Amino acid sequence: MIRVLEPGPQTTVQDGGRRGQLRYGIPPSGPVDRRAFVLANRLVGNPDDAAALECTLAGPRLTTDAPCAMAVTGAEAPVTVNGAEAPAWTTLHLVPGDVVKVGAARAGVRIYVAVAGGVDVPAVLGSRATYLRGRLGGVDGRALCRDDTLRPGPAPLPPRRTVPADARPGFADEVRARLVLGPQADRFTEAGIAALLGGPYQVLPQSDRMGMRLSGPRIEHARGHDIISDGIALGAVQVPGDGQPIVLLVDRQTTGGYTKIATVCTFDIGRVGQLKPGQGLRFMEVDVRTAHRLRAEHEAALAAIPLKEAPG
Amino acid sequence: MEVNTRVRALEFLIQQKALAGVVETVPTFRALLVYYDPAHVGYDDLCASLADLAEQATPSALPPPRLVELPCCYTPELGLDLEAAAARLGISPDELARLHAGADYLVYFIGFTPGLPYMAGMPERLTLARLDTPRVKVPAGSVGIGGTQCCIYSVESPGGFWVLGRTPLALYDPGAPEPILLRPGDRVRFRAVDRREFDDIAARVAARTFRPVIA
Repeated sequence: MIRVLEPGPQTTVQDGGRRGQLRYGIPPSGPVDRRAFVLANRLVGNPDDAAALECTLAGPRLTTDAPCAMAVTGAEAPVTVNGAEAPAWTTLHLVPGDVVKVGAARAGVRIYVAVAGGVDVPAVLGSRATYLRGRLGGVDGRALCRDDTLRPGPAPLPPRRTVPADARPGFADEVRARLVLGPQADRFTEAGIAALLGGPYQVLPQSDRMGMRLSGPRIEHARGHDIISDGIALGAVQVPGDGQPIVLLVDRQTTGGYTKIATVCTFDIGRVGQLKPGQGLRFMEVDVRTAHRLRAEHEAALAAIPLKEAPG
Repeated sequence: MEVNTRVRALEFLIQQKALAGVVETVPTFRALLVYYDPAHVGYDDLCASLADLAEQATPSALPPPRLVELPCCYTPELGLDLEAAAARLGISPDELARLHAGADYLVYFIGFTPGLPYMAGMPERLTLARLDTPRVKVPAGSVGIGGTQCCIYSVESPGGFWVLGRTPLALYDPGAPEPILLRPGDRVRFRAVDRREFDDIAARVAARTFRPVIA
């Protein structure tokens, strides 16, 4: 059993996400930065989509009463075991009584903590992912609280391994994200599209798992900012009347009536979602075919990351 | 209404044929969002298959709809805008409630928040522009009208519809085995209930002993 000594500002259980519920108004949830999430799971020998913790801005303090393995990835944050510095992006072997603390993120926003066997909470509508606004999934549909206990699923102790340095993300102050124009790019003027592609945009503090609110060059509509409501894809760039874009993420509303100028490519969502308020974002247009090729390359690169035996 | 029927028929055909590479679909008024996995199907191939299916997407392709009865209490304490809406329409609150409950509704789609139905079928006589100032908090279960639409708030949220009454049923219950009550394509009929019956049903809904009337 793992006990939560301190939960951190917003720590939730997430898995690969909930599928097939968008038509009932329920978003997929799941990790914002899927790459970091998958690597955390691999380090502890889990399937890629096993349930793990997503922490926001700072991590939790946890203790275990049984031997187990844990790994911390994602945003750059200090990790300690019983007060001694411990490596991120590396399998940690824990013995009963050990206390793991994940501190405040120095770079990036979302930290992932995976435990061998996954976090065993009940699956709701086919997923263990927490959807906070809908009070669904995870631990009673909420973020972790002090004294919550988490049961890892049964699993053998995995070997100690580490993600090679060149496969760990850097956290630049400005990120470039690829996007495909549409579905309503025709509702914007040429100047409006040029503004979007020129940027830069700055992340606003009101951003969360639902969407990243941005501030920057005003995106001009050609004729009104309302449409007859339609579905909202992951990464949709919605532009309300004020001309300031919002990039919609994993806990997004499923439908909406604002024009969507473009869609950020899925493989860049994680890097966008790791931006802190005040940091910058520039968009680069690609066509659908290029997006698919880049996506396949991204997936192949992720599958091929060699986990190395950890020293010590 | 015809376009939305075709949208839902296309969605049904995609599910029925288990179209390769399609992950999930989201019907709305006049569009169908199709999520697909490009590792399993190419964009051009998928578009071609969808265009073929769209030809066959006629009302007759759809299975018979469910008919769901929703109790609704039309009193000013729960229908926060009942009196104001009636005044705006130039009819009495009772007449407004009678007209609203007398119509047959069709769920075009579910969206915005979990389980929230966008419904057509409201009497034209009840068309009203949305509230000038949206409410910050509308209680879950509130039955609202705006434009030619009727919707039911599934969770407490902000909203710009005129609230005529409230249903004691849970359109979204995250703790239930089936959290969502209504589905796209359902037919809906409101049954006017008084406050006593509302409270009685609400208590049974909370205890999970109430079974909605679905035919």
